[in-house]
Amino acid sequence: MPMSTTPLAVTAYTATSALGHGLAAQFDALANGRSGLRPNDISSAPLACWIGRVDGVEAATLPAARADWDCRNNRLAWLGLQQDDFIDKVAIARARYGTSRIALLLGTSTASIGATEEAYRQLDADGGLPDDMLRPALHTPHSLSAFVAAALDLSGPCLTVSTACSSSAKVFASAARMIRLGLVDATVVGGVDTLCDSVLFGFNALELVSATPCRPFDARRDGISIGEAAGFALLERAGLAPAAPQLLGYGEASDAYHMSTPHPRGLGAELALRDALARAGLEAAQVDYINLHGTASQKNDEVEAALINRSFPATTRASSTKGYTGHTLGAAGIVGAVVALLAIEHGLVPGNLGGESPDPDCGASFAWRNEQQRIDVALSNSFGFGGNNACLAFARAGFAA
Amino acid sequence: MSALRVWVEGVGLWSPQLGNFAALRSVLDGRMPTPPAARPAAASLLPNERRRAPESVLLAVEVADQAVTMSTRDAATLACVFASAHGDQPITDYMCATLAKAPAELSPIRFHNSVHNAPVGYWTMSSHCHAPSTSVAAQRASFGAGLLEAVSQVLAEQRAVLLVCSDSAGSGPLREVTGCEQAFGCALVLAPTAGPSSIAALDLQLLADHADTPLPEPLAGWRRGNPAATSLALLARLSQGSGRCRLAAAAATLGIQIDMLRIDKELAG
Repeated sequence: MPMSTTPLAVTAYTATSALGHGLAAQFDALANGRSGLRPNDISSAPLACWIGRVDGVEAATLPAARADWDCRNNRLAWLGLQQDDFIDKVAIARARYGTSRIALLLGTSTASIGATEEAYRQLDADGGLPDDMLRPALHTPHSLSAFVAAALDLSGPCLTVSTACSSSAKVFASAARMIRLGLVDATVVGGVDTLCDSVLFGFNALELVSATPCRPFDARRDGISIGEAAGFALLERAGLAPAAPQLLGYGEASDAYHMSTPHPRGLGAELALRDALARAGLEAAQVDYINLHGTASQKNDEVEAALINRSFPATTRASSTKGYTGHTLGAAGIVGAVVALLAIEHGLVPGNLGGESPDPDCGASFAWRNEQQRIDVALSNSFGFGGNNACLAFARAGFAA
Repeated sequence: MSALRVWVEGVGLWSPQLGNFAALRSVLDGRMPTPPAARPAAASLLPNERRRAPESVLLAVEVADQAVTMSTRDAATLACVFASAHGDQPITDYMCATLAKAPAELSPIRFHNSVHNAPVGYWTMSSHCHAPSTSVAAQRASFGAGLLEAVSQVLAEQRAVLLVCSDSAGSGPLREVTGCEQAFGCALVLAPTAGPSSIAALDLQLLADHADTPLPEPLAGWRRGNPAATSLALLARLSQGSGRCRLAAAAATLGIQIDMLRIDKELAG
C-alpha cells in the first residue's frame, strides 16, 4: 500500500461534451436529467447506434497561426479550452511560474486519427496521402498535446498518455508525481477524444455498441454509446490555493487478464481503488460519491457493481453518467473527474441515467435518481482496454482526511 | 532544481541490425554483429500469443524481456512505462484503409490491438503484472518524455520501473508522414536505489536546450529512421562508459541532460 500523499489544488477545471460547452451546461443537464445522446449522424457510412456528439465543433476555427493543426479533435480541444476562463487561468499560472515550469499531460485514445481516416479516403492517384494532408505532426497520437502546448504557450514537460479509456485519469497521477518531485510547479491535465470511424466501427466489430441509448447498470443493458468530449484541469500545490477543491489521491493498476474484457473479479479495478484511498488517507466510508466507469457493457458493469457492493456502505452514493455523455473513451477520465468536482461543488449526486430497470446485482449505494446532499469526498473510476485501471479521489476545499 | 538520480539495472535493444545491447557495444567497438532473426523472439509470450501478436507487441516484449532478465527482477513487480511515437503503424494503416473501403468489415481483433497500450497490455498479461502500467507518446521526443515519466514514477513512488520505447516500421501511405524506415526498440529497468544488479547511475536535469547529443559512428544517421532511436544517445553512453548526453524531452522546448556514472568505474567500493 502506498503512503498517503500531499493533496494538490484543482485551481481551474472545465469540460465540454454532448451536454454542452463548459461547466454550467454539464451541471444544468445533470441537474435536469437531460441526456446529450442522439442517433448517430457522424460516421462516413451508416451505423445504427446513438452517439454523444458535441454541437459546434465544426465551427470552432483554430487561430490562424495554428491552422496546420486543424482537425476535428483539435477543434474540440480548442472549443473546450475556451470555456470557464480556462485559458486566462493558465495565463495567470504561466505568469506566476514561467512557461517551462508548467507540465502539459493529456490523455487521448485516438487523437486526430479522424484526419488520417479522411486522408485515406482521399488518396491521390499513386496511392499516397493527398498533398494538403502531408502533415506529420497531425498523423500521430501526440498531435493533441502538441497543439494544446502551442495554444497555451507551455514549454514544460509535455506528454500524451494513451491507455484507452483510462488515459485522462492517469494524467492526474503523472501530474501529482511531477509536482511532488519539483520537476514543475503546476500541471495542465485533461483529455480530448472525438467521434471517428475507427471507434464507431471498431467497437461495433467487437459487438459492444448498443443500438439504443446506453443503459448503464440496467438489467437489459446491451452495450455502450460512444461520445466525444474535451476536458482540462489546472493542478497546483494546495498551500497556494486553500479555497480550491483538492486532488487527494490516485490509484493505478493492471488486470493482466485480457485486452478487451475486464478481469472477472475486478482485480485491477480494486487495486486501483485501494491505492487511491491509501494515498488519500481515506476509509471507504468517508467517500460520499463515486462517478463510476459504468459503460453499459455487460462485463464492465457486472464487475464494477460487485466492486462497489463489497467495498462501500450504502451511505456512499454511486452512479454512472455515461447515459448523459456517452462513453467518451480517452476523455472519460477527465469527464468523470469533472462530474466528481461538480458533485462536490453543488452537492448533487447525479442519478444513474438509463437504469430504468436496475440490475439486481447493484447494491444499496446506487443512486438511480438525482439526490441532494453535502459531498466532501468524491471518487472517479476509469478502466481501459489492456486491463488498464485508474481511480481518482477528490475533496472539497479545506477537507482533511 | 537538483538532479534526479536513478539506477539502471537492465538494458534491452532490438533493431534489424542489433539483436541486443551487447550487439550495440560490438558495433561501437568496430565489429559487425550478426543481425537477429527477422521477427523479435519475444520469448515470454505464450506460443499462441506470439503467433498472433502484431509486430509492435513482439518488439516491445522482446526488449522488455532482455532488460528484465539482465536486472534479475521479477517482471510482475515492475511498474511499466511503454512509450511509442506512433503506436502500431501497420494496424493504423490497415484500419484507415479498411474504413475507407468497407468500414463494416473492420476486424475486431485488429481494433482491440490498435490501442496504443496494446504492447503494455500484453506484457502485463504475459508477466502476470498487476502493477501500474502506462503507455505514452511525444512524437520524436517519445523516449525522453517516457524516460521523464519513468523517472518520476521511480522517485515519487520509490519503486522499480520498466521503461520501453519502441516503434515499428511504417506501412502504407502512413509511412510517408511517420518516416519510420525500420523498427527500433529499447528498454531500461530503473530503480530508486543502488543494488546488486545496478550497472549505472543516471543523474537527470531538465534544460531549456533540447539539442540531441551527436552519436558516435557508425550510429550517426540511425536516429532519422525511427523516433525510438533517439535513445541511442543514452544507450551508446551506457555501452561505452561514463559521460554526459542530452535528449529531447518535449518537442522543440525542453531537453534532459543525463550524467551517467558507470558502477564498475566510479562507484565501486
